[in-house]
Amino acid sequence: MTQAATERRVGWGLVAPALIWTVAFFVVPFAAMLALSFARMEGRAVVAAFDLGNYVRFFTEWPLFKALLNSLEITAVVTVVSVALAYPLAAIIAFRVPVRWQRLALLLAVLPFWTSYVVRSYSWLLVLGQNGVLNKTLLGVGLIAEPLEIAATRTATVIGFVHFFVMLLTLTIYANLVQLSPNYARAARDLGAGPVQVFRFVILPLTLPGVVTGAFVTFVLCMGDYITPQILGGNNELTLPQLIMLQLGRSGNFPLASALSVILMAVITLAYVLSARWLRLDRV
Amino acid sequence: MAFEKKRTNPDMEMMMAFRLLGCSVLAVMAASPVLAQELNALVWCDHADAALVAPFEEKFGVKVNLKEYEGTAAGMAILDQSQPGDWDVLVIDAVDVGRAVDAGKLAPMPADQLPTADFFPELVMAENNTRDGVTYAVTEKFGYNTIAYDKTKVDPADMADMATLTSGKYDGRIAIYDYYLPVLGLLAMGQGIATADITADNLAALREPLFALKKASKQVADVVAAQTALATGEVDIMVGGGEWVTAVLAADNPNLDWTIPKQGGLRWAQSIGIVAGTTQPDLALEFVKYIVSPEGQAKLATSACYWGMPANAKTGDVLTPEQKTVLRWDEQSEFLTRAQLYPIPDAALDTAMQDLWTEMLQQ
Repeated sequence: MTQAATERRVGWGLVAPALIWTVAFFVVPFAAMLALSFARMEGRAVVAAFDLGNYVRFFTEWPLFKALLNSLEITAVVTVVSVALAYPLAAIIAFRVPVRWQRLALLLAVLPFWTSYVVRSYSWLLVLGQNGVLNKTLLGVGLIAEPLEIAATRTATVIGFVHFFVMLLTLTIYANLVQLSPNYARAARDLGAGPVQVFRFVILPLTLPGVVTGAFVTFVLCMGDYITPQILGGNNELTLPQLIMLQLGRSGNFPLASALSVILMAVITLAYVLSARWLRLDRV
Repeated sequence: MAFEKKRTNPDMEMMMAFRLLGCSVLAVMAASPVLAQELNALVWCDHADAALVAPFEEKFGVKVNLKEYEGTAAGMAILDQSQPGDWDVLVIDAVDVGRAVDAGKLAPMPADQLPTADFFPELVMAENNTRDGVTYAVTEKFGYNTIAYDKTKVDPADMADMATLTSGKYDGRIAIYDYYLPVLGLLAMGQGIATADITADNLAALREPLFALKKASKQVADVVAAQTALATGEVDIMVGGGEWVTAVLAADNPNLDWTIPKQGGLRWAQSIGIVAGTTQPDLALEFVKYIVSPEGQAKLATSACYWGMPANAKTGDVLTPEQKTVLRWDEQSEFLTRAQLYPIPDAALDTAMQDLWTEMLQQ
């Protein structure tokens, strides 16, 4: 056996575990889910078929399609608000906090990740509720006369999400900011740029890859989240993951649940393609 | 240089990799404990209370593995995806026992070994738990889906009439239990339709009352969310609630109460049976017998997840007076006459009901 052939074998041997893992736990389940999405229900039994009925139902029945719109609206708001809050926070940590305190600041930033997701959501309920900490404080200082209705609304869902994703985005944006050479800003200032222009034309474009990467991760996690809207949203509207859970838990309609999951994956894939294209990942 | 040196003998490298893999597999196998006898039960959350299963585990020297599920469809899906023998015991909505029997999921049980003679007569539910004279399940716990409320914030007299809920007086203070069967059943009774008489044709009559109720409500809540909402004062009324919501909170919040309005209420009941294909039917039967014994029933009735009335009337000898007060033991005869069973829809009606429910959620 030639050395090249042996090296190829070693290469395949090293890649094989990851490849087998991916095929077994992603490709095969996804193919099964895709196949199931074309099946149909007859009574309470799943019947194998090639039927587009589940997809037709999704696009023609308003309560189902609205779940996608709800997910997209919530995700869009969460992503924009999270980026708007995370960027200055990351900038403060990167440029204003002394280097020796930056690690502690980042540690504090990721502290919420250490608690259970469900517990964190219920905690927010106690903060945002009619008799919650927020309302009691605002009533106590006389800023409001009646308690604010925040819990069990979309606003509560957005707050719960933003709390989580600001931390995530802060990390990705911070990583970009600290890698940025200060010479760029110096050069811009030497050429007469003011602080706003330095940020607008130098720092922001150079940190956009971190922002877009973080925004994409936020998009994926937010679109697929079931817990937060279920607990904080009061189940007053359905997002796509909630609709999927409804089909699985109550209806046992696995074909429709599969079709909805395929649609969810398609939306996320589209988001990835757009963000990758924007980041010009093909050039990397 | 070290990299180059390693590359000179790839065959040996591969051999080492395989040896390492083999050692890892052997290590994992060696680390696996010898399994003691185990009983696998697919249950509702009230069975997950350690105080309930511990006496059985101790008596029989077995480990009871509990997996919680919610909704018959989810439970049936788990059984569909399992191998025969994976599960020994199943807890299921009493009205869905027939569905599980049709699907071949439940094994016959010896009726003479079950204490159904001690049960509240309405809770034997032979029409649900037996098929052609063969017993497939036995009722273990029951209660009501009616109206739960905080009596310090709501006029109890108002709760005697379901129409008050959509009168505007309590707008934004209501939670709806997130389960279409009891809530649609309640609304049907409000429209003068018996739960057993709901059909695809008269389902449309429930649309307007359901949407009106959603408009008046603050949230649609599952068990935990409902308890949280009532406990924190987020809502004052829960439609579809009952002792299963208020009893577990009674110690901390004695102001929570429930009633059956004049239109009537729904009676929920859960049954327990042996899963077809179990490899240890005798042990599974012992578990069922323990659960429906007065001792097991008392622990199940006062489970940490939710309380409910025991099916076995002799449990009254085991429960404390305080527990019986919370469960409203002495009022059961009246409640039982005023409550109807859950609707038992066929597949088509079930789909129509769920579509209506989904539409309501998106309002």
